[in-house]
Amino acid sequence: MERKTITKWFWVWQFEDEEKWLNEMAASGWVLESVGFCRYTFVRCEPGAYTVRTEMRPYDEQYVRFMEETGAEYVGRMMMWIYFRKKTEDGVFDLYSDIDSRISHLDRIGKVLLAIGGANLLIGVVNSFNPGARVGWVNLLCATLLMYGLGRIHGKKEALEKERELHE
Amino acid sequence: MPGNPALTEATYYILLSLHKPRHGYGIMQQTEELSGGRVRLAAGTLYGALNTLCDKGWIVLKTVDEDNRRKEYQLTDKGREILINEVKRLKELARNGEMILGEEL
Repeated sequence: MERKTITKWFWVWQFEDEEKWLNEMAASGWVLESVGFCRYTFVRCEPGAYTVRTEMRPYDEQYVRFMEETGAEYVGRMMMWIYFRKKTEDGVFDLYSDIDSRISHLDRIGKVLLAIGGANLLIGVVNSFNPGARVGWVNLLCATLLMYGLGRIHGKKEALEKERELHE
Repeated sequence: MPGNPALTEATYYILLSLHKPRHGYGIMQQTEELSGGRVRLAAGTLYGALNTLCDKGWIVLKTVDEDNRRKEYQLTDKGREILINEVKRLKELARNGEMILGEEL
């Protein structure tokens, strides 16, 4: 089987772009086979034979089994992101079908960003006051970036909440 | 809260599908069939909703077969009561809509 590995970076708030790209790859005959840190390995497939989905969720074996029962295939996971694919002939494949569950997905992402961002801020501040440590700015930079990510995720959430005022 | 807060479409169809015990995929199929393909429950949404409904005690999880660990969900008496009240509420909504817009429908 013909395979190829592509190295590509996505910021956490670009998860929809990542998923879109993975589906464009599948549409052009390369379906995701495994994932690594910024590494995506694809295998040849019939163009458009698969739909690929990704979401952030702490690993839950019960959930993976549940997904498999519905005909989805578990591809792998990287950090807290989990990847599934499903043959297009087996029907439409989405992970979320209402606004509430999309919002709770964004909440999960937000909580992780807040936790890591908060830790970096704390370490950064402590290190800045400690003359022996010179890398406090790295943590502060990380914290700034993570907080920016949190803002982007929050923006997506607000848009959904506005929509929910009128319908589910 | 007075009366019954409205159920979401997903919750409504999940409870309705569980009139008979079913596993997750069965609920998805039944919902799609009942709504003539209009309502589709995505697996992630369904999984979250089932856990919430179990926590609330509206449905229960039963392990049918220890070997393949397949699980079926079942409506509880409390869940049935909530579903019946929701149908009554929906009837009221439809009745009022018909009364006011009767000729246009």
